Amino acid sequence: MKAIKHTGFVLFLVALTIFTGSLFTGSFQLSKSELDAFLKEKNYKSTVIRGALEDAVITDKKLTIFKFSARVRKAYEKSNSYYDALITKYNAAKNWDKKGEQYQYKIYGKPHTLSYTLAKKAGRGFVKENASLIWFLTFGFGMIGALLFMLPNLILLGKPGIKNNHIYHNSATNRGFVAWLVLIYLVAFYLLLYFKPDYVVNWTYILDPISNFLNGGDASQWFVYGFLYCTIMVTMGVRMYIKYRHNKYQIIRTTSVLFFQIVFAFLIPEIMTSLNMPGYDFKNAFPLDYDFFFEWNLDTLTSSGKIGLFILIWGIVLTLIIVPVMVYFFGKRWYCSWVCGCGGLAETLGDPYRQHSNKSVNAWKLERWLIHSVLVFSLVMTVVTLYCYFSGTTSFIGINSQWIKDTYSFLIGAWFAGVIGTGFYPIFGNRVWCRFGCPLAAYLGLVQRFKSRFRITTNGGQCISCGNCSTYCEQGIDVRAYAQKGENIVRSSCVGCGICSAVCPRGVLKLENGPEEGRINPTEILLGNDVDLMNFVNKK
Amino acid sequence: MMEHIVIIGNGISGVTTARHIRKNSNKKITIISGETKYFFSRTALMYIYMGHMKFEHTKPYENWFWEKNNITLKKGVINSVNTANKLLAFTNGETVSYDKLIIATGSKPNKFGWPGQDLEGVMGMYHKQDLEKLEKYAPNNKTCKRAVIVGGGLIGIELAEMLRSRNIPVTFLVREDSFWNGVLPAQESAMINKHIKEHHIDLRLSNNLKAIKADENGHVKSVIIEETGEEIFCDVVGLTAGVTPNIDFLKNSDIETKKGVLVNRFLETNIKDIYAIGDCAEQQKAIGQRRNIEAVWYTGRMMGETLAQTICGNKTAYNPGNWFNSAKFLDIEYQTYGWVFSEKNKKENELYFQWKHPKEYKCITISFDKDTHQFLGINTFGIRMRHEIFDKWLTEKRAIEHVLEYLADANFDPEFYKLYEPQIVAKFNKENNKKIQPKKKSWKRIFSKT
Repeated sequence: MKAIKHTGFVLFLVALTIFTGSLFTGSFQLSKSELDAFLKEKNYKSTVIRGALEDAVITDKKLTIFKFSARVRKAYEKSNSYYDALITKYNAAKNWDKKGEQYQYKIYGKPHTLSYTLAKKAGRGFVKENASLIWFLTFGFGMIGALLFMLPNLILLGKPGIKNNHIYHNSATNRGFVAWLVLIYLVAFYLLLYFKPDYVVNWTYILDPISNFLNGGDASQWFVYGFLYCTIMVTMGVRMYIKYRHNKYQIIRTTSVLFFQIVFAFLIPEIMTSLNMPGYDFKNAFPLDYDFFFEWNLDTLTSSGKIGLFILIWGIVLTLIIVPVMVYFFGKRWYCSWVCGCGGLAETLGDPYRQHSNKSVNAWKLERWLIHSVLVFSLVMTVVTLYCYFSGTTSFIGINSQWIKDTYSFLIGAWFAGVIGTGFYPIFGNRVWCRFGCPLAAYLGLVQRFKSRFRITTNGGQCISCGNCSTYCEQGIDVRAYAQKGENIVRSSCVGCGICSAVCPRGVLKLENGPEEGRINPTEILLGNDVDLMNFVNKK
Repeated sequence: MMEHIVIIGNGISGVTTARHIRKNSNKKITIISGETKYFFSRTALMYIYMGHMKFEHTKPYENWFWEKNNITLKKGVINSVNTANKLLAFTNGETVSYDKLIIATGSKPNKFGWPGQDLEGVMGMYHKQDLEKLEKYAPNNKTCKRAVIVGGGLIGIELAEMLRSRNIPVTFLVREDSFWNGVLPAQESAMINKHIKEHHIDLRLSNNLKAIKADENGHVKSVIIEETGEEIFCDVVGLTAGVTPNIDFLKNSDIETKKGVLVNRFLETNIKDIYAIGDCAEQQKAIGQRRNIEAVWYTGRMMGETLAQTICGNKTAYNPGNWFNSAKFLDIEYQTYGWVFSEKNKKENELYFQWKHPKEYKCITISFDKDTHQFLGINTFGIRMRHEIFDKWLTEKRAIEHVLEYLADANFDPEFYKLYEPQIVAKFNKENNKKIQPKKKSWKRIFSKT
């Protein structure tokens, strides 16, 4: 059994090494005709860009992606600085007509994104030419290795039950150096994905065949991310099935998040794309889906016929009616730990790190300030965007629409949700984004706190203050603080993962939906003590 | 000058008293402990060794809590109590005076005078220092090739679970012929025996310890079994044959003690302004069917809640409600409400109704009066039950038929768990020739006040 585990681990490391190593392979150059085709498609007005790009990418040298990227970015910069110089010149000469003309020649876009588009066409080499083989060596080996590593736990961990032995003795789950290595890898991954997509273009080649099969087009970096997301969730979902096999709530919940990720977040949008519809994740509710009301999305939807209109209405109904009504009946868990993709990753890949959430009162204060600020930020951004969209202006109440969208996308969309939200799993726990940043969670939380049937019931006076519940609460709720007072837990941040109830050794906690009356039950004297005394205290 | 309340012991009893005194007054409060500065949950010590938690996780309150609530924490061991001058002396010579003194010093592991009981490598599992010792003598199965546990109670089985988490071979000596069968009915005791063995614990029933032998360094080498004379080689011996009140420091005081500190229903000792609560307190007269000394988490807490009222001027008798308790035997959760006595201790009027899952470790025993059918108590294994509901049924003196009919109201298992009320009721109907129809769970009934 141990041998199988070790084999699996080695296999996984091999896969990870090949996957990472593949980034450094291949050579990148374009033929004259390929570049012509690209320029024709792009239809740049700049007269400089053709020469600059020809110098940069038509070459016999075997350029790595990094060199290729540098050259391409330089070519674009050359073109733009040429026209910038002209602008300065005409500006000095006060030749406003001439100055104004120059702007049309400038090429806008993020340098690494421009470089990505070219790189995708320019790559050659082993990875691209043997995509299926490399897929097997990376994704295939990775999944097989991980499964070989985890499946023996069915026997090694013994009888079904809570299996948290040695979590705090293990470097990977106790913020040891393994955890820091994982953090560095994850952060690097997100930084590349968001800010240097051209550097990971080799990964897209691995998934081109699958992407072509699903939607008829080549894979983008976002396809890679989506596919990777699904494979990781499935693999780590198997781990959940093994670890919590005695707990039906966990089994069903894990199945639910896997289903919504694979079908709703991945397959349906891909299939819609292949049918020339806008790819849409029907469960991704605004304001988590923060660009739903961005101009480009509204334009896409309004020009996509009936399906576009349906999506538009669905998106609004989802946020305004379905989400709060469901929270009323079931608590925010129906979304956060049963449906949501971010929650899905947190509950599978993130489960080994759930104990790292900070339980201090200070962290709770920070949580309330941060998450509600993000909610306000997202709403202000949306109001500005919509006003500008319908009025045709570029700013509203002194806020530039493009600026606020860019700022939100960069700070919240990329850094908070991605780099910090997932990258920091191994040190700060698996729900950093969901607890401190997600504007949808903030909205759901307000409903859950003030108008919901959901609560975690504390079982009378049975709590022994052991602290398992608080330790394993991924949202950093000090569950014990309530349980030891005999109080039910009604907190806006609770995502209803059910782990506090699972790890409780005395059967004290139960997630349930019941009448609103009596949901919050302040008690000074716990059940089990003299009844008259309770009356005395309650009267006081 | 505010009245100075000094509490010796920072366990659940002492800390609960301090918290409730603070809620109701601004008296000066000092808590003294020789064990740790900050309150921690003793029941969670096992999880630290097993790697489920770190010590900091066992502290129910953050460190700033005490200063914010103006509760002074003092680390030190009390040597003697001078009741005439209301003065406490620490072992290091310091003194502190009090206006009211609360003794909440808890328990210590029983030692029955076994030869070798104080050797290196012999320990109980009660104090934080015991955990530190265990970490020293049994960090892994290389340093500790085998451990022997003496005494088959709740702490014994927890210690066995702890050691097994590090793959240390464990021999478990149990005096009784079945695990904890002085408390548990035979059906349940037998189920736990089986479960213990499944965890690869060498369970030795009807085995007593005769002596612990030392190696040349004064460290444990082996134990000798009373009945067979067998010598079992081991590196650690866990003494878990119950606990006894931790009150040696009162020997030379004029506070009246027996096994524990003798108290009346108001938790007062024979000396004015001195009280005792929790594990170390001994009731002069038993309350209901309870023992005079109750070494249980919940009763310690309840005594603390009660005494705080008295201290703050609302003189209140300790008046515990219906008995309840819970534990976990390896993977099997156990809850009990009301009184279920084992076959050994059960009275003539008590009858059992029992149900057991054919495959899984789930079973219940309901005790009821054979004439009136009054429900007396329930033991559940592998099924969680609602405390409020059973408390209500016990107070209302419901019949067993009522309990079974509405059993679904009492279920507290996580959502989607399979429910067994139909099987349980069917068995009762068959055995008693009844036609009880189990009712569906009703929120209205669950929340209805008596």
